[in-house]
Amino acid sequence: MSGDTAIPLTATRPAPPGALRVGLSRGWVEIRTFAREWESIVFTFSLPTLILIMFASIFDGMFDMGMPAVDYYLPGIIAMGLMSVSFQTLGIAVATDRELGTLRRLRGTPMPPSAYFIGKTILVLFLSLGQVVLLLSVAGLFYGADLPTTAQAWVTIGWVLLLGATGCSLLGIAMSSLARSAQAASAVVVIPFLLLQFTSGVFVPVMAMPDWVLTGASLFPLLWMGQGMRAAFFPDEMASMEATGGWDLHLVALALGIWCVVGLVFTLLTFRWKTKKDG
Amino acid sequence: MSETVIEVTDLRKRYGDTDAVAGIDLSIGRGEVFSFLGPNGAGKTTTVEILEGFRARSGGRATVLGQDPGKAGRAWRARVGIVWQKETLVPKLPVREVVRHFAGYYPEADDPDRIIDMVGLSEKAKAVPDALSGGQRRRLDVALGIVGRPELLFLDEPTTGFDPKARREFWELIRSLADGGTTIVLTTHYLEEAEALADRVCVISGGRIRAVDHPAELGGRASAQARVTWAENGARRETRTDAPTRTVTELAQRLGGEIPQLSVHRPTLEEIYLDLIKDDRTPEEVVA
Repeated sequence: MSGDTAIPLTATRPAPPGALRVGLSRGWVEIRTFAREWESIVFTFSLPTLILIMFASIFDGMFDMGMPAVDYYLPGIIAMGLMSVSFQTLGIAVATDRELGTLRRLRGTPMPPSAYFIGKTILVLFLSLGQVVLLLSVAGLFYGADLPTTAQAWVTIGWVLLLGATGCSLLGIAMSSLARSAQAASAVVVIPFLLLQFTSGVFVPVMAMPDWVLTGASLFPLLWMGQGMRAAFFPDEMASMEATGGWDLHLVALALGIWCVVGLVFTLLTFRWKTKKDG
Repeated sequence: MSETVIEVTDLRKRYGDTDAVAGIDLSIGRGEVFSFLGPNGAGKTTTVEILEGFRARSGGRATVLGQDPGKAGRAWRARVGIVWQKETLVPKLPVREVVRHFAGYYPEADDPDRIIDMVGLSEKAKAVPDALSGGQRRRLDVALGIVGRPELLFLDEPTTGFDPKARREFWELIRSLADGGTTIVLTTHYLEEAEALADRVCVISGGRIRAVDHPAELGGRASAQARVTWAENGARRETRTDAPTRTVTELAQRLGGEIPQLSVHRPTLEEIYLDLIKDDRTPEEVVA
């Protein structure tokens, strides 16, 4: 025991540390905790890269895509990778935080509630950048992919990343509230994500999709993230292959922007610090 | 009693058509170690979670550290420490990192290394929580509960699942916190824990208070009649008395020396306790 070195308590305590400072500290803890979980590294972070490697190796020259398979699949898989690290990561992580008492414990401290979300935002931004860098590196270094060279293309990649990851993060947090347990969250999150991957032009081009499937998929962010990424990566003549017959970046921005707002509203309406059992 | 830290009047919590807490009145003073004792499902945790500001109450008044816990803000939370009943996840980082991180939530946090030393985890400071034993894990929970230097500490069934040695060591830790002036509200279903630690014990059952007193006085224990039993003429004899010494002296004189099979029995805390809660024990509640 070293009770004699106790710091005396002042009569009126200063205000608790601010949301930004605590939020940055939480972000750092989130990143380090994520890095210690090999499951999350494999299933959330590396899966898109594995899929890219398989597609680039197996499908090259198998169909007439007008370009190498790696170039053809890269933009869609980047969009999918971003949704994976935002929607899937948060949908499962927030449900786990709720079920295993992380949220309960945090509620018992003077941590500002917004610091929790700032921490998750930092985690998703970190993972999003990491995801894009990993996919571009593998595609560029091992498969000689044609990466964008114009500043305009990189700006497009930047804002599609930000808007897409934000919208998908909020949607993921909202989905976590639907799940009654952390285990259920995996199903609640992974199944819709898988459906969207097959209907949003990631694996199968949108041109090949029946209208009703396309209409359904266009209600969700992944289709628009893919279209935005293709606009940045593909030559302009490929624009005619899109559902609307053009890149229509204003529609991409509008759809993703709406998802940010809708996701925020859903999150605010559904977010719970407790499980249902906690009453 | 000096300053009042917790003041509760007619506290109620209703779930559907049952009252988990059915009208509780309490007053807890600064520096006191106050223990809620009762079987599982008695309403202990519900009561404490209302006082922690985690659960909304259905009725009555509650004031904790001068504020309504249901409406208290961050400044109030900075003065309250909580060790939850259920094991709650901490980040999978080394013990020192976890304690340092939580210290960052508080305006006047203690030195993380001092706290780690105090809860006896110095040798495990570099271990991750998964590598800790159950007792060590609970010590980490306590470290996170006290790193903000709370004036009031809630401990909800802190030693469930401990072996006797770990429990005794844990009690020493709680005593040292109490000696430092922290007000402690302890929830337990172990009689000996309440008896060892508490200044006052509140027996709670069926959502109601059955008795509140010093452990030695609980349920009229100190003044309860003693039961003197002995054997005389081959038969078992028994009498209840307020003055057992006089009874035994008289018996010794009458029987001329050694009294066969003499026993003087005062009710134990356990007997008092079981008597206090017997009204509404249902089979699944009998655990202690």
